[in-house]
Amino acid sequence: MLLNLIGNGKHKQANVNTYITGFILSIILTMAAFLSIEYHWLDRTSAIALIIVLALVQLVVQLLFFLHLGQEGNPRWNLMIFGFMLGIVSILVFGSLWIMHNLNYNHDHRTPDQTNSFIIKDEGIRK
Amino acid sequence: MINVVSAEKQAVLASDNKIQFGFWVYIMTDCVLFASLFASYAVLRNNTFGGPSGAELFSLPNVLTETLLLLTSSFTCGLAMLAAHHKLKRSTLMWFGLTFILGVGFLALELTEFRHLVMDGNSWRRSGFLSSFFTLVGTHGLHITAGLLWMAVLMFKVLRNGVTHNLTRKLTLLSLFWHFLDIVWIFIFTIVYLLGAA
Repeated sequence: MLLNLIGNGKHKQANVNTYITGFILSIILTMAAFLSIEYHWLDRTSAIALIIVLALVQLVVQLLFFLHLGQEGNPRWNLMIFGFMLGIVSILVFGSLWIMHNLNYNHDHRTPDQTNSFIIKDEGIRK
Repeated sequence: MINVVSAEKQAVLASDNKIQFGFWVYIMTDCVLFASLFASYAVLRNNTFGGPSGAELFSLPNVLTETLLLLTSSFTCGLAMLAAHHKLKRSTLMWFGLTFILGVGFLALELTEFRHLVMDGNSWRRSGFLSSFFTLVGTHGLHITAGLLWMAVLMFKVLRNGVTHNLTRKLTLLSLFWHFLDIVWIFIFTIVYLLGAA
């Protein structure tokens, strides 16, 4: 009946099976992430690594099975601009984190004199 | 073999491709927008200013429900597009209707969560952490709202005119938008909620 409702899912990249597979995989990945945190399967660092990996895998699953990314014929403009966006986003996120980290190191609730002493001590600068 | 597609039809398809690519480019810029909001959140995550942290505020069961609602709506949206490509008016309306209801469910849960936070005094004004939380999650919620409005309008048009060629193209753009919002949500529930509770 499902097939009658949506038409016969024949060949083509987008058919019923694509969406069903993507949906089931996403559910599994989502539940794994939630359960691992809710029931403390791992220590904090490993848990964080796990949920990030699960998120990235689910990203790929949804890109492939729901958005059919990379399945167009050449030239693959969609894929190319997706790659470009990833580049821009990487610079943006990594750059922001780097800058803010540096700012925290250089300031962090200290007066300029205190910052001076701190840096000298922290970096082992000797006169 | 003779090319069975008329020149006119080819022109329409070429135009459709350009439109769909253009919309995809917009989606990519939206990704950059969300990335900047995520970066801000990452920086301000621990700036709780004496107020509560994410771990103290977030209800994981609630977030899981929101996640499953949105994920299912992305799935039903995909099925709706299959129906649209087969020009099945009733099925298209039914699946998009389901997508709409699931989306409204998601939004209702999210707005309830926001309301509780604000009522308890934990609004965006409380701390840097909460500022960035409301901005990031709120922007996603605004996108969902816009998507639901768009969906309602298109469903109405399909009801009136059936699944025409142009409406199918517009529905394709909407489905791109809707899938994209679910993908952004993957990162929100992971980075904001799960990382917050870890």
